Amino acid sequence: MSDVALISNPNEEWVLPSRGIVGMVCLILAEASIFIIFVVAYIFYMGKSLAGPTPKEVLTLPIFTSICLLSSSLTVHAAVSALSRSKRHLCSLWLAATVLLGGIFLAGTAHEWYDLIYNHGLTISTNLFGTTFYSLVGLHATHVLVGLIMLALALWFSLRGQMTHEHTEKLEVLSLYWHFVDGVWVIVFLVVYVLGR
Amino acid sequence: MATQTPAIETHNAAASKPSRPLWLEVLHGWVTTVDHKKIGLMYIGYALFFLVVAGFEALLMRIQLAVPNNHFVSPQVFNGLFTVHGTTMVFFVGMPILFGFGNYLIPLMIGARDMAFPRLNAFSFWISAFGGILLYYSYIGGSGLYGAGSAPDVGWFAYAPLTSRVFSPGHSTDYWTLAVLLSGVGTIGTALNIVATTISMRCPGMKMSRLPLLVWLYLVTSCMTFVAVGPLTAAQIMLMLDRYAGSHFFDTQAGGSAVLWMHFFWIFGHPEVYILVLPAFAFANEIIPVFSRKAIFGYPAMVAASVGIGFISLGVWAHHMFTVGLGPGANTFFVLATMVISVPTGIKIFNWLATLWGGKIHFTVSMLFAIGFLFQFLVAGLTGIMLSVAPFDWQLGNSYFVVAHFHYVLVGAILFMLFSAFYYWYPKVTGRMLSEHLGKWHFWLFVIGFHLTFDFMHIPGLLGMPRRIYTYEADRGWMIWNMIVSSGAAIQAVATLLFVFNMVWSYFKGAVAGADPWDAWTLEWSTTSPPPAYNFAKTPTVASRRPLWDLKHPEDPDSNYETEQHLPRSSQEESL
Repeated sequence: MSDVALISNPNEEWVLPSRGIVGMVCLILAEASIFIIFVVAYIFYMGKSLAGPTPKEVLTLPIFTSICLLSSSLTVHAAVSALSRSKRHLCSLWLAATVLLGGIFLAGTAHEWYDLIYNHGLTISTNLFGTTFYSLVGLHATHVLVGLIMLALALWFSLRGQMTHEHTEKLEVLSLYWHFVDGVWVIVFLVVYVLGR
Repeated sequence: MATQTPAIETHNAAASKPSRPLWLEVLHGWVTTVDHKKIGLMYIGYALFFLVVAGFEALLMRIQLAVPNNHFVSPQVFNGLFTVHGTTMVFFVGMPILFGFGNYLIPLMIGARDMAFPRLNAFSFWISAFGGILLYYSYIGGSGLYGAGSAPDVGWFAYAPLTSRVFSPGHSTDYWTLAVLLSGVGTIGTALNIVATTISMRCPGMKMSRLPLLVWLYLVTSCMTFVAVGPLTAAQIMLMLDRYAGSHFFDTQAGGSAVLWMHFFWIFGHPEVYILVLPAFAFANEIIPVFSRKAIFGYPAMVAASVGIGFISLGVWAHHMFTVGLGPGANTFFVLATMVISVPTGIKIFNWLATLWGGKIHFTVSMLFAIGFLFQFLVAGLTGIMLSVAPFDWQLGNSYFVVAHFHYVLVGAILFMLFSAFYYWYPKVTGRMLSEHLGKWHFWLFVIGFHLTFDFMHIPGLLGMPRRIYTYEADRGWMIWNMIVSSGAAIQAVATLLFVFNMVWSYFKGAVAGADPWDAWTLEWSTTSPPPAYNFAKTPTVASRRPLWDLKHPEDPDSNYETEQHLPRSSQEESL
């Protein structure tokens, strides 16, 4: 019934953007607006806590773990480009490095939180600093965790040889998410550890 | 709801006689479907069900307010009614019904076979549907350990600190929060799907400059959804943390700020109005030209105005907060931003008028509703400009004038355009026409009821009647107006029942529609009614904004007049 071949232009190339990448960009847009609200809340409540401890007293710069997280952006990019050149073992290697670096970052956050809770007595209900700190950093850590799970799955498929050149675009979509998570950390780092301390 | 269920059954009944396992199979088919048309219909059916429920709640409130010193319902029930009515209408009627239409129409209009992510589509629907159930489950489970069942009673914008555990014990507020949170997740999923579909699934030749205006407006709406629903989701997470983890975001006693919640809520809340109204504009953009027998006037201006509305609407939220006392700088900014938004909206109204101008207008029921929309949207816009003036708003903030204003938008503009869309696309969905005779009754009754209710609702507001009051003294001079408002509500209820009856009756007895009953121009009318699961047997190719016009009038195709004309490609086509 759908005989709508209206005007013939069969020779023309009709290429549209990849739906995976468009979808991920949309997701990043929505996630970014969630993060912006948490960042705004953090900045709004900076220095408004009625009781201690203050950020200056308890926070130390997580420089090493930040370097790990940010360099994992490079490794995941290397994994994608390795896969696009069909170098599957190299891809596995870079993915493993990404998972490792992300894991170090999460472990660093866990250690930081343990220290804050047990040595400094700062919890989410202690004061406004605790409220905004744990929610913002926690939201980011949750995103890191989700990204790590997906990267670990990709690594698993890669090691089993199920991931081939055809999956480059899918891995690229995942890497976009990971770049976003890393980008958010730059903002969080600047706001929480530089501006807010 | 009523129209969708029979649709399911008769389809397969034709194949073999209905029996119990068959019924289960059909149900299984609908629950597990990833077809954009079925998901769209489920969205619409689900929204219609909640429309009736929330409309019923509105009627209960109008009975309570019809006469002074009334005790038809208790104050607690009344608080629950306006909260659940507002939340349901925005999150479980407005959003799903508009996304339902979008889901159904967008792939058909751009010549695609499905949405970009069919499984995500099904996920988004079911998560939103679950949100609605969760909201109403509060009537059963909302009490927790604190007594009998209760509904959320914090108002649809749930200002802090009323939502803190001290002031809202029990779980009703939690059900509200979770319901809104889930609806938000589903909404973002569907919006993402619509954007990806529009960008990546267009049929050959469907350039962005040839996209039907409906699809353009859904694209803008969806992009706004990301930026608007994100803050709402964030604010709801903060509220949950406050209530369960002991954080202090909105806890004024620990230095938290109640005004911050207002900002976060309205950063969502105002764009939300435009998220709801842009699809109504989208329907008008398709329906008015077809029944004026003219191409839309000023296509590029329409696109630009829509994108403009999208951007400006993100910067007007604090006009909901003039009475807070933001200071002269912020007040001035939000007054001006709010007034500026009337410029692109005005462009749209003039373009619709120019489309009508000199057209051969067909007054079908669909067109009647569209024309009602034009006038009522204008009035709603005018009261909007009145309220955008901060000193005027200080007088009338939180009064029935505000309630009348936004219901004029939501009912007078959005619901009217939805009815128009139902009359226009029902033949495509079911293969049968809605009865025009019943439709005319529906239209005139609804117009009369609407104007009785919402024109006269402005007056008690001007006289000082605050919104959300449970009852009032007889000597306030509000009684006669409230009586008129309530009787108008009853007429609207009758009209809506007539509409529901029309949908059911026409499904079985309506005239057979054929593929293209309106002699329309967009791709959805090129396939059968109802469309097959695969939409198009052969992927269509288009060369203009009105592909079916080109098909019907090969001697004078639109592509001769549109801007691509001067490109070498067109001349090639002409030589073919």
